[in-house]
Amino acid sequence: MCSLSQEKTLKNTTDIDSLRSQIRDNSIRVIDVRREEDYKQNHIPTAVNLPLANLLSDDSPDRVLKLFNSLGIDDETSVVVYDDTFGALASRVAWTLEYIGHSDVSLLETTYGKWKSLGLENDTEIPEVQTKQHSLHLKPEILATSDYLEHSKEKKDVILIDNRERLNYLEQHIPGAISLPYRTLATNDKILRPREDMKRLLENRGISGDSEIITYCGSVGTLSGLAYYALKSVGLPNVKLYVRSFKEWKNLQKPIEKQEDASYWDLSAE
Amino acid sequence: MIFLILTVSDLKQSRPDSAKPNINWAKIEEAEDFAKTVKLYRQGKYNDDSFRRYRLQHGAYGTRMTSDYAMVRIKLPAGEVYPHQLEKIAQLSEQFSIGSAHFSTRENIQLHWVILEDVSEIFRGLAEVGLTSREACGNSVRNVMCSPLSGVCSDEKFDSTPYALATAKFFLRNPMAQSLPRKFKFNFTCCEKHGMVRMVDVGLIPQIREIDGVTQKGFKIFLGGGLGNRSFVGHQLEEFTADEDLLYTSIAVLRIFDRLGDRKNLARNRMRYLVNDMGWDKFQNLVLKERALVKATQSVVTHLDIDDLPSEIKRPIRITDESRNSNPDGYARWLKTNTVKQKQSGYHSVFITLEAGDITANQLTVLAEIIKDFSSEGKARAGFNQNIALRYVHEDDLSKLYSQLLGIGLAKSGALTMTAPVGCSGTTSCNLALTNSHRLAKEIQRKFLELKLDEDDDLSDSSIKISGCPNSCGQHGIATIGFFGGGGRVGKEMYPNYQMLLGGRSDGETMLGLTCTRIPAKRVISAILKIIELFKEHKKSNDTLKEWIHRIANGKEDGDIKSINDMRKILEPFTIPPTKEDDPDFYSDYGSDTSYHTKTGKGECAA
Ligand code: SF4
Repeated sequence: MCSLSQEKTLKNTTDIDSLRSQIRDNSIRVIDVRREEDYKQNHIPTAVNLPLANLLSDDSPDRVLKLFNSLGIDDETSVVVYDDTFGALASRVAWTLEYIGHSDVSLLETTYGKWKSLGLENDTEIPEVQTKQHSLHLKPEILATSDYLEHSKEKKDVILIDNRERLNYLEQHIPGAISLPYRTLATNDKILRPREDMKRLLENRGISGDSEIITYCGSVGTLSGLAYYALKSVGLPNVKLYVRSFKEWKNLQKPIEKQEDASYWDLSAE
Repeated sequence: MIFLILTVSDLKQSRPDSAKPNINWAKIEEAEDFAKTVKLYRQGKYNDDSFRRYRLQHGAYGTRMTSDYAMVRIKLPAGEVYPHQLEKIAQLSEQFSIGSAHFSTRENIQLHWVILEDVSEIFRGLAEVGLTSREACGNSVRNVMCSPLSGVCSDEKFDSTPYALATAKFFLRNPMAQSLPRKFKFNFTCCEKHGMVRMVDVGLIPQIREIDGVTQKGFKIFLGGGLGNRSFVGHQLEEFTADEDLLYTSIAVLRIFDRLGDRKNLARNRMRYLVNDMGWDKFQNLVLKERALVKATQSVVTHLDIDDLPSEIKRPIRITDESRNSNPDGYARWLKTNTVKQKQSGYHSVFITLEAGDITANQLTVLAEIIKDFSSEGKARAGFNQNIALRYVHEDDLSKLYSQLLGIGLAKSGALTMTAPVGCSGTTSCNLALTNSHRLAKEIQRKFLELKLDEDDDLSDSSIKISGCPNSCGQHGIATIGFFGGGGRVGKEMYPNYQMLLGGRSDGETMLGLTCTRIPAKRVISAILKIIELFKEHKKSNDTLKEWIHRIANGKEDGDIKSINDMRKILEPFTIPPTKEDDPDFYSDYGSDTSYHTKTGKGECAA
């Protein structure tokens, strides 16, 4: 049992076939993180709804613990999360669950849009859920705060990754960060590249080994949440999410770096 | 031949979404090799120079003021590009670039601000769709161009596309073209008018001759032209070069250039300098002799691999064909300024103008679908003016196509007029740039479309081309009104400035624009409008701006403005800088709100 659950924690995504059989066995809690009105229209059978905005309205550990309890999740529940936003919103929810100490959570390998386009089953029924009790064992080792970031400047072996689009990065970023736009992480139909592919790409960029890696994005840790799982998917052991991301960094008026002397925005056709 | 196929398969009407290229330009090993080489370079195991040479040979340029980024220049030989290739490029631009791609003036698509360590990933992606950036930069045979109208132009003798593709195929990765004294360019065209053949190392126009009742295909070949810090017009090699001599001639010219080209003086090592220094007669002689030699020694192995089976032409099926009784707004204007009737009856070629060549990933993706839905040849062509041509669009489908292009912001009118200026990348990414020529081109287009200048027949055959420095990537030398960037100075203050040239053209009467005067960046638009106003005052009946300026440049105009000098005097008020207090905006370039100063890095043209 113990070894089994360990194996499960290593798994960052769940493929479509496995999810369908887990749904049939009733051995999985599926979380749909889209907006309530989208969820109500239809969703993957048995899925419960946790709109990301709801979670973000107060993501203190006590509050989210209650939220997850109300979704019928205890320490032993296997959870799969999905969205329709290339996995970024689902990642943020999955990460939060991990942060309060849940070990068995993964992302659906694809988006709900893709799921539907494949003609797979969907449902309008809202399942009845029995509240459960999850314990609270915070995992601070997967969280980075602005203070933490500032102090890690002195450490040598830290890689800070900016997952926003390239132009945003060029315009301003946290000093020392490298740019890895979230689009880089996915393929046409999977939210994450195949492991070997991802590994090669990251190794080219010098992202490998035992370095401490911190990801951030524009505001709430969604794009960088996806990157968090991308890095974990190739087995990188020490990954943290700067969950308040660049928005907080700027508000705190911390130092910012930019690419000087070039009008790159004028190359964009937007 | 083509016509026959047309009428027959017209009846079939199916969506040719399976149009796939016959030639795979890619080599996946090069991706791995590039990744490895970058690592070694970062570890200090390569010196800067040899790494730069390697990088350029693989189609990755340096980027303004940084060694962290590169620009990847993807070649589209003969300009051809297929829908699945555009989809891939869209994806790569979002993953590794700035979410936009850029169509160049030489039928390349460029991805800018790519992290050097990601370049190999782009190569991988390109290999999936048979594209390469190999030899898109560096001292090699650059992308072989072909007129976007080749095969459909009513003035052409035959379609030179297969010859362009075969030439590209022959020289790509060919050891003889790996370390030339300098870059080397081939342009094939359809006819004189759609040319650009005299402004390039080797320019070719298809010709047919008849000897004793036998018709033979061949070319008019022009050698030694080119734009640059100093520009030259190419010379015609001989009356007629038979198609079987095409490859021998190309090899002969390359060999001579390789042997005698200036490898030391970086500023003077394009072939046009060799031709100029040696004198045309001597160079011509040398080429003809060398060709005889090549022919005698290489007759067995070398021939061009010409695939001149015409593309399959099938008009895509309309799934929803709601009959439309009124055309969408702006349709007539667009139809007039963006489309050309093909020699194949019932078909049009449609030009899509991009703002200075830029297109978003999303537009590219939708465009790929549009090509499948509207082009009966199932592919598109890059044009000469940072634009895209969709050919074989049935006339009954034009209005529908227009609506769809409108939906993704690609229906700007004026594609084939003066309102679609060319602008090189300038300070948006180029190391040598002095001004933001790229943005200026966009500003001019916006303003001129607002003024509806694209609808003015007097202006339509004129052109505006802008480079951000004297190096001519923006082709300012062949524009009716051309500009290249520099810095102007008032005491300690600097402002962005442009040298204006008038009267350049690249058709049968090719000539280089003559220097007129320096116009500050923020006065360029009003100066052009002033020139147009003067033209309207002085024009003869049936006159065009292009002809008027041509007469002025050649001392053949008899009105009040007789010479470039006269024009200079009239435009003088535009050249006088205001004080910084009066007009601070004058002292910053487009796209920047800080005071202008020039800053350049090391150029790579010469590397
Ligand atoms: S013309 Fe000058 S500024 Fe423009 S791309 Fe060429 S080198 Fe750069």
